[in-house]
Amino acid sequence: MHDDESVLKTPEEPMEERSGVSRRDFLKISTIAAAVPVVSGTKMVLAAGEQVPVHGPGKVPMTFNVNGKTYKASLEPRVTLLDALRDSLDITGAKRVCDKAECGACTVLLDDKPVYACSMLAIEGQGKKITTVEALMENGKLHPIQQAFVDNDASQCGFCTPGFVVACKAMLDKHPNPTPDDLLHELSGNICRCGTYAGIRGAIAQAARKGA
Amino acid sequence: MPDYQWPDPAHRTLIGKRTSRVDSPDKVSGQARYTYDIKRPGMLYGKMVRSPYAHCKVLSIDISAAEKMPGVKAIEIVQKPGATIPWAGDEVVAVAAIDEATAEDAARAIQVKYQKLPHLVSDAEPPAGAGENQGPLSLDDLGDMLENQVPERQIVALIQEYGISFKPTEEDIKEAKDEGVPDSVIEAARTATVHPEAGTKTKSNYVKASVQSQGDVEKAFAEADAVAEGLYGAPVIVHCCMEAHGSTSEWTDPDHLFVHMSTQNVSGIAGQMAEPLKLPAANIRVHQDHVGGGFGSKFSPDRWGIVTAQLSKKADGKPVRMMLERDSELEVAGARPSAYARVKVGAKKDGTLVAWQSHSWGTGGPGGGGMPPIPYCFSIPNQHKEHTAIRNNIGPARAWRAPNHPQACVLTMSALDDLAAKLNMDPYEFFLKNLELTRLSKIYRDEFPLAAEMMGWKEKWHPRGQNISGNVARGVGLSLHTWGGRGHASDCDLSIHPDGSVDIKMGTQDIGTGTRTCIAVVAADALGLQATDIKLYIGDTLYPPSGGSGGSTTPGGVSSSTRRAVVDARDALFARVAPALSVQPDDLEARDGSVRVKSDTNRSLSWKEACSKIGATSITSHGHNDQAAAKNKPDLTNSGVGGVQMAEVAVDTETGIVKVTKMVAVQDCGLVIDPKMAESSVLGALIMGISYSLFEEKIMDPTTGRMLNADMEFYRLAGLNDIPELKVHMMTGPGYDERGVIGLGEPPVISSGAAISNAVANAIGVRVGVIPLTPAKVLAALNQKAGA
Amino acid sequence: MRAFDYVSPTSTRQAANLLSSTWGNTEILAGGTDLLALMKEDVVTPKRLVNIKEIADLRGLKSDSSGLRIGSLTTLAEVAEDAGVRGKFPAFAEAVHEAASPQIRHMATVGGNLCQRPRCWYFRNGLGLLPKDESGKELVEEGDNRYHAILGNDGPARFVSPSTIVPVLIAYGAKVRLEGPKGKRELPLEKFYVIPKTDLEREHDLQPNEIVTEVVIPPAAGWKVAHYEIRQKAAFDWPLAVAAVALKMDGSNVQAARVVLGHVAPTPWPSPQAEAALKGQPANEDSAKKAADAALVNAKPLSQNAYKVQLARVAVKRAILKAAGGAA
Repeated sequence: MHDDESVLKTPEEPMEERSGVSRRDFLKISTIAAAVPVVSGTKMVLAAGEQVPVHGPGKVPMTFNVNGKTYKASLEPRVTLLDALRDSLDITGAKRVCDKAECGACTVLLDDKPVYACSMLAIEGQGKKITTVEALMENGKLHPIQQAFVDNDASQCGFCTPGFVVACKAMLDKHPNPTPDDLLHELSGNICRCGTYAGIRGAIAQAARKGA
Repeated sequence: MPDYQWPDPAHRTLIGKRTSRVDSPDKVSGQARYTYDIKRPGMLYGKMVRSPYAHCKVLSIDISAAEKMPGVKAIEIVQKPGATIPWAGDEVVAVAAIDEATAEDAARAIQVKYQKLPHLVSDAEPPAGAGENQGPLSLDDLGDMLENQVPERQIVALIQEYGISFKPTEEDIKEAKDEGVPDSVIEAARTATVHPEAGTKTKSNYVKASVQSQGDVEKAFAEADAVAEGLYGAPVIVHCCMEAHGSTSEWTDPDHLFVHMSTQNVSGIAGQMAEPLKLPAANIRVHQDHVGGGFGSKFSPDRWGIVTAQLSKKADGKPVRMMLERDSELEVAGARPSAYARVKVGAKKDGTLVAWQSHSWGTGGPGGGGMPPIPYCFSIPNQHKEHTAIRNNIGPARAWRAPNHPQACVLTMSALDDLAAKLNMDPYEFFLKNLELTRLSKIYRDEFPLAAEMMGWKEKWHPRGQNISGNVARGVGLSLHTWGGRGHASDCDLSIHPDGSVDIKMGTQDIGTGTRTCIAVVAADALGLQATDIKLYIGDTLYPPSGGSGGSTTPGGVSSSTRRAVVDARDALFARVAPALSVQPDDLEARDGSVRVKSDTNRSLSWKEACSKIGATSITSHGHNDQAAAKNKPDLTNSGVGGVQMAEVAVDTETGIVKVTKMVAVQDCGLVIDPKMAESSVLGALIMGISYSLFEEKIMDPTTGRMLNADMEFYRLAGLNDIPELKVHMMTGPGYDERGVIGLGEPPVISSGAAISNAVANAIGVRVGVIPLTPAKVLAALNQKAGA
Repeated sequence: MRAFDYVSPTSTRQAANLLSSTWGNTEILAGGTDLLALMKEDVVTPKRLVNIKEIADLRGLKSDSSGLRIGSLTTLAEVAEDAGVRGKFPAFAEAVHEAASPQIRHMATVGGNLCQRPRCWYFRNGLGLLPKDESGKELVEEGDNRYHAILGNDGPARFVSPSTIVPVLIAYGAKVRLEGPKGKRELPLEKFYVIPKTDLEREHDLQPNEIVTEVVIPPAAGWKVAHYEIRQKAAFDWPLAVAAVALKMDGSNVQAARVVLGHVAPTPWPSPQAEAALKGQPANEDSAKKAADAALVNAKPLSQNAYKVQLARVAVKRAILKAAGGAA
């Protein structure tokens, strides 16, 4: 049995920008020589003598744990976690702005660590604890960091706010009394165009004092 | 006789107090839904094929592969073969599909062939002698000038001098009236000489505006005791709203369209979509709960908005969402024109300004760039101004927060600051000396000492280049600015219900400026309630119209209409309640959640009890603020604000890196409805000012004509850690309150660039004339100074 | 992004076999912070993503006789927070802690950081790694090159090396280990980077079906190391110049030095000229300045990036003084 390296030749058509490749042709090019499937519905590929499951390019059933609830969706591997949250699960707190890990508006927590959901594939968000801004309220009451944002007017148009709230929470969880150096390192990944930084500083100071 | 006048401090219950933004809880909790978040049943996703070339002709379009793709539901050709494309990123073909990935694949499968044409994307100084004279103005020229807030009389003068290249029809005139084009401009266009042949002539990239002169500038310079010359400027920048432009359109039946749009002009969108879609405006409903920024770029549905509705029609009316990707957003959703000038200014030895001469140029894309209002704020007696507009292919110009003023301010205040240095005068004294040349000298005179105190100007100011320790140079700089801000046309429907609830319906929008809070405070103040007691319905064309959020006209407009509505409603309530307390309605007041007798406050009813006297039918009232000031009796809004800003910087002279270490802003806006919102507006503007002073510029590649930094990696905005201590003081009290409510959104962003630039000049002892003040430019200036 | 299929091998052997032997068909997916952006812009268009995050061997930090072995899947945040790294290689920990943004540090891996593609805006706009227009005109030379190379820029490559942590790793004498179908190999990190001559090549010596498995930092005993970055914004801004310096002192004089520049050339740029200038000298302001001048003596600015020469000089000077002032 030959390994799969020889199957992945240079495609029949050059990757010309102007001429598109139809969906059907594309599937033909990328179909992997399948060995006998181990589980029906899952394709397999042979690599170094072992079977490795292949997902996509078509839709793949996925399961997510978001804000403590389980969600299911059938998505292509190319869908980002951000777009899965927003378009498939209708959890729209995290926003799409730059879509390229440059602005922070899509910040969510992955196993309690702040990440850019736009730069993760949904398929890789499985098996992780995903927390979005929507999780912070409890019984209709704002989380102390959220209340601090309200009290210090740390929102104007509000589009960057969910990302900032999540990033602030992540920082305060790690540094309950953040120093200016902590702010430099832990809040550099979020941008605001309206200019709410002065309010955000006030919100952090308040949340630190009151305990967030 | 209803007393609409703003209450004096003794009778205010909420106006002037610090009230938290009423929609903040929705924003911080992720509950706020923006256009980008709206999911409609069966929604399709739209994508646009955009021209990769800055100037080209469309030769052919082949949509056959895309049409056959499963999941593709509609394709719309936006610009047909034969069309000339004026900038890279311009729309060519649109496609709607069942999900975004399919729409992307389909867009890639559409084949467009182009014929490249020569392009220009530079706004470098025009070659000497280049430029044809203005010539007859086209409709585009007029539109561009209006969008860039070129003063009415300037436009009228140009129309009268050069004529126009099109014949305005009655339709055109009506449309112009609807869009708020000034009557004088419409009249000038109606009676202008028409030169139809001018519309087809190939235009030069360089268009000379007519020379503007007053007094005798040569004599004045000859007699001046000090003359300073310099080259100053501000490049093209973009809005970079966090929420991109876009909309979701669906046809609820073949003749009715429902649009969710990211806009700052809810009430004005339907009228702009009607003609292109051949639909009565009344059949178009526009809805928006929240918008992620506008800054002047979101007044129109834009072509992509119209196309989205057309895609929806082709897809059996199914909702189609098309939001711009970040690169398109920065490429085609608007550019603030650039402005550069070689300026010469002269003054007497006591600092009195006598002469101004400028040769300026700038671009706003294909429409060219008009001359900003220079000299800014100061009516210098002798002036000579020449300007060349550069028509190029960078993309469309749009109003950017305080159009033309930040540029005019940089050009003027930098030149004046250089002149002050030539005279060895503290610029604070120099500017004070010339305040009588401004229109708001009284306001500036109040503001100057406050700003100086907050900054510690007297302690911090040194003559240029004399505060350097090691490789850190420190300096301070100042600037002043002005703006209009009269309230726009606005209508308010207000109801007080028998159960005590109060609601307001207005077709306005809150672009982050606190409009909701402003309305709620004005209403709650008159009723003795909390802002959160008012239920607000805004952002829908089902509600009475209000103007677009532009020109800083919103607070004045919405507060005026709301004030009238709430006073009428309150009077009607008092009429129902008075018998229960055995008094006349005039004897009642509403405070602290109760309705009580003024002369005997123990005789009172709780708000709920009072409202229960209304009867079965709610009290409804309607308030209106008219565009024409004279029609508002009394006039609750006004125009004309002034502000002063100071900046302190620290410059690393080895690297040229500028850090802003403190900024101070003193600003008036008439009666301040909510100081908390007002301060945020100013703080936000200072931060925007730091961004555009140090980091922002739209960078074009000369060879390909494309924008190189259409992303948020290299189109850089200040981060939290770039922002220092910011101090804001709002002018309030006698002399300010009685002027009524004036808008605040734009003025505070005007002076920041000039103040920071002046601070850097003060720190390093040499001028860096063109912002942004990058290390490259600062080092070049330092090297030049060292070599000199 | 274009459609692709997605596989998660559990061993490097499997991974190497799933990767194509030519560029273009497959890509390694680690943190994804660079790859997804490149795919969204259609700069790379793989038909298969090989997710290596299930390969346990690539995780973890271990110490043995060769030094500190950092698994290529270690995230930047894990590196910055590791007490061992902070204790033994503080300049490296500092460089990592300063890199990018916290969100990126939690996602991005050391291996991915080493292999990230250039920021050149012609490249990122899909105009090619060595961009030319149809007439053969070089876009960088003729266009806006304010962020492009001042050294090693004879052409056609004029982008700058993007990693902010690699210069200091080179200053520490780090090695990179790779594995592919032909087996394992190890390179000094500075040899991992190459200047491509055609658009079909990349900026490193990695074969399309090889994976970076770990970075090894030999013990730094006796070396005083510093990392210095010059960037305009306070944070989350690509540097305009980076310098990393390692000094071995003999009394008050420099016995040996390593000076590495970053963000000034298509590869990280060790400077034998600066190292020679420091040897035998005291590590003071004067010799630091001379060494900095020596480091930039061959700089050939393009039309708009002359300022980078000055910034690179300052970065080298300050890095030398920082190293000299720090603890061994």
